[in-house]
Amino acid sequence: MMEFLTAHFATILFYILAGLTVAGGIGVISFKNPVHSALSLLGTFLMVAALFVLQHAEFLAAVQVLVYAGGILVLFLFVIMLVNIKRMQPEQVFLSRVAPLAVAVGITLGAIIAGLLLAGSLGHPAAAPAALQSVQGQHVGNTEAVGWVLYTKYLVPFEIVSVVLLVAMVGAIIFGRKDPTLEGRGGRMEP
Amino acid sequence: MIGAGHYVALSVILLALGVIGVMVRRNLITVLMALELVFNAANLNLIAFSDRLGDLSGQVLAIFVITIAAAEAAIGLGLIIALMRLKDTVTLDDADEMRG
Repeated sequence: MMEFLTAHFATILFYILAGLTVAGGIGVISFKNPVHSALSLLGTFLMVAALFVLQHAEFLAAVQVLVYAGGILVLFLFVIMLVNIKRMQPEQVFLSRVAPLAVAVGITLGAIIAGLLLAGSLGHPAAAPAALQSVQGQHVGNTEAVGWVLYTKYLVPFEIVSVVLLVAMVGAIIFGRKDPTLEGRGGRMEP
Repeated sequence: MIGAGHYVALSVILLALGVIGVMVRRNLITVLMALELVFNAANLNLIAFSDRLGDLSGQVLAIFVITIAAAEAAIGLGLIIALMRLKDTVTLDDADEMRG
């Protein structure tokens, strides 16, 4: 029993984490209360972060927890509180209208998943993690290796992404600001 | 040993859940949360193949995806606030002026 556990530790951990991830995802789309959905989403983010650690992406796991769980989720919760759930009408699910389409999509995706699981060891049987932790042949941490690649090979995309982030920030501020020209017309935009 | 196929399968399931959420839910905030599931599915794929191929590009790409996801969330939630100001609702069916 103990030998089995130590030999298949990564496999068992993967199945536990994958199950919790899927459970969290189902929770996100099925809870009626948006706050419950948000907390379920938090669980999914943390489980995905754990899966990143399992894949030798320690820096990405930290980024996932900091940005997703710490930033984006708090933003979601802020907006939910701001919007005041009591005023939200109960939503009617229109599943019946798209039911045939949903069945077709479900069968296709199910076939894809089954094929993937049957293929099993798709790709290489896990490369040595050394490549993910070294800079020019020297062994360093994953964070340093990622930083090296990010600031050399991907420097231009990095700068572009920072501009995108700035534009998004300015846009979000403009959307969120109270517009005095709208107030005068009863808060409605002219058609 | 877990092959990349298992990770891709998990990614497909997460993607399907996200798409179902976008299609079925009518609450704009929940739709945005389902979109985050789709982003996570993409990241899972990138990381899995980064590990299999021993190539750090996948991890760097995942950082970019996370950045874009943060920008998307900020813009989307800003739009929700604007919609709330304008029409006093967060339900998608109430914002159908563009319907033909």
